[in-house]
Amino acid sequence: MGKSIERQRNIIDFTLSSLLRRKGKNISLMIVYTVIVFVLASVMFFTHSIKKEAHLILKDAPEMVVQKMIAGRHELIPEGYMEKIRGIRGVGSVQGRLWGYYFDPTVGANYTLLVPQDRKIESGEIIIGNGISRSRLAYEGDIIGFRSYDGSPMNLAIKEILSYDSELVSSDLVLISRDDFMTLFGMPKGHFTDLALSVRNPRELPTIAQKISDLLPDTRPIIRNEIERTYDSVFDWRGGVMVLILSTALLSFVIFAWEKASGLSADEKREIGILKGLGWETSDVIMIKFWEGVVVSLSSFLVGIILAYIHVFFTHAPLFEHTLKGWAILYPEFRLTPFVDAYQIFTLFFLTVVPYTVATIIPAWRAATVDPDSAMRT
Amino acid sequence: MGIKPFRKSGIFLCFIAVSLLLVSVMFVYAFFRVRSDAGTIIRQSEIVKELQLTDLCLFTEARYTRNPSQADLHAAFQDHPVSIEHFPAGSLVMPPECLRRINGKVN
Amino acid sequence: MIDLIDIRKVFNVGRPNEFRAVNGVTLSIEQGKISVLKGPSGSGKTTLLSMMGCMSRPTSGRIKVCGVKISGIAQDGDRAIEVTSLPERFLTEVRRKTFGFIFQQSNLIRGITVIENVMLPAYPYGAKHSDLRVRAMSLLKLFNISDHALHRAEWLSGGEAQRATIARALMNDPFAIIADEPTAHLDTKLSREFMEIVARLKEDGKTALIASHDPIVYESPVVDRVVSMRDGMLVPD
Repeated sequence: MGKSIERQRNIIDFTLSSLLRRKGKNISLMIVYTVIVFVLASVMFFTHSIKKEAHLILKDAPEMVVQKMIAGRHELIPEGYMEKIRGIRGVGSVQGRLWGYYFDPTVGANYTLLVPQDRKIESGEIIIGNGISRSRLAYEGDIIGFRSYDGSPMNLAIKEILSYDSELVSSDLVLISRDDFMTLFGMPKGHFTDLALSVRNPRELPTIAQKISDLLPDTRPIIRNEIERTYDSVFDWRGGVMVLILSTALLSFVIFAWEKASGLSADEKREIGILKGLGWETSDVIMIKFWEGVVVSLSSFLVGIILAYIHVFFTHAPLFEHTLKGWAILYPEFRLTPFVDAYQIFTLFFLTVVPYTVATIIPAWRAATVDPDSAMRT
Repeated sequence: MGIKPFRKSGIFLCFIAVSLLLVSVMFVYAFFRVRSDAGTIIRQSEIVKELQLTDLCLFTEARYTRNPSQADLHAAFQDHPVSIEHFPAGSLVMPPECLRRINGKVN
Repeated sequence: MIDLIDIRKVFNVGRPNEFRAVNGVTLSIEQGKISVLKGPSGSGKTTLLSMMGCMSRPTSGRIKVCGVKISGIAQDGDRAIEVTSLPERFLTEVRRKTFGFIFQQSNLIRGITVIENVMLPAYPYGAKHSDLRVRAMSLLKLFNISDHALHRAEWLSGGEAQRATIARALMNDPFAIIADEPTAHLDTKLSREFMEIVARLKEDGKTALIASHDPIVYESPVVDRVVSMRDGMLVPD
């Protein structure tokens, strides 16, 4: 056992000496490799965590939301629909939701205004999300001026600011009283933005959704697992930016592998011949190539994922922030919980370390099997 | 030739060992963070339940990016049926599943 | 000692370009003596050396090696092993313990240090690195090139490189040295130096088998026996 370890270590010594001969080239190679792993792993860590969090946080989203559609657009839904839906067997409760978007020109941000079902809010008061507080530097007791649909001003006082912990879902929320909401938006009486349903048996959801569509053909029911699954496809590999990142990474890899696989140089072949002449076996030569591949790819891989982890979970992913923020003014401050998936890390390992190592060994195979006899005949 | 130099293979193997250690720390740290963040996540899901929210507040650029699960077909194409996506978020989030259904299967 | 019994080597058997490199050689190499294989190029010297050194197998004939103990193989009183019928894994051990090779070109690996070059033959066998280093240093000292131990191999002069090659050949403490045209690229002075080193090896009890058509080699007083070869066969002098 000790002998095999010593043997491998000796071979590694030689491999490292051999790699150090071309320091510049090999170090640049490792840097590029590390960067690729870093980007891929950062994307992986970030998207996996967000999806996991989305799942956990949205698990109590409304079981079903019913929207009314006119000419394919989401329109206000009349109160009368509620009774009709209540009549469907299996439906538990139906509530009208009042919510909408408000553009605040002073900071150029979009807010989501919402009338809460259970919380009592006095007219003239609002409860705002932390993101709004930050961007407008507005705190409890301050007044925010809104502009109603008809141009008249509406001043609302901040009663409370929602907790920092909940930024991921509430950063841009303004909780407002029902009367103020109707006045601000000029909402026609007897209408809601949409309806939120609960059902007696969650397994019935698709059936009930179908019944609602049949009963009210101008509505669109959205069930809870569709809501959750929206976030499964966030940062999907088919999405624009993702395709760019992944194809760049893939292309770089192909270039590496091609460079390796295009065969050994005359120098390399000669050296293998010398080693064979000195008594090295074919398996020993293959070992050199194996370690050559592993030294470069494993080191880069490990450094890459460690840096990616730090990047995403300790520094809030500054590289992605730009893309995520987009043109938004309001962006929630949140600490991503590190949900790491060993399976994904292994997959990344198999997609990076293994092909590179194989691409290093294969072209050397032929040269490695050269008969030591020919080494004598240089 | 008195001093015994460090073997290159020793340095390399040390480096790998340290890295692997750091990787396992990554997992251990994640495990503990998940436990300690559980409270925050529960609080957030309570707010979701109370206020009947349907989306994370990730993309506040436009209404259909703010509530992607509620988006209708027109929102993204409000200017023109083949208009290019306005917002960067559009390249990150796909349209909601109900819009991607073709013949009952999700595209 | 090494016994060759009716050795033949044929390349490309059965094909139109069939070539008989060695055509029936019977020879005994004595232990502790310096033997030289003399002959023009194409006479089959290199092929014969390679078979003797267990680097390739003869097409027919037997080779016996005596005097080396190999674990795992039953040996009789004078430790004779028939190499030709040995499976591959034992053959490599025989090769390693029995022979050290010196080729025409110095064939040191460029870019790595001299001492590492010398240690190379022993690397795959799992001996302790520190032991190998000690041995390599002592060999370098023996040939007066220990100052160059940590220098890159390509910085050595011709003579120094040659000595490094010999040091390398001795790394595994072989029973015999096999050298193929060792003075081909050396000037007169260096060639004579080479033969002086061979003399020292003989004093240490080593066996040497040198293929050369250089008179400085085969006419040297150190040489015990000269065997001539032509067209794959021995030629009586």
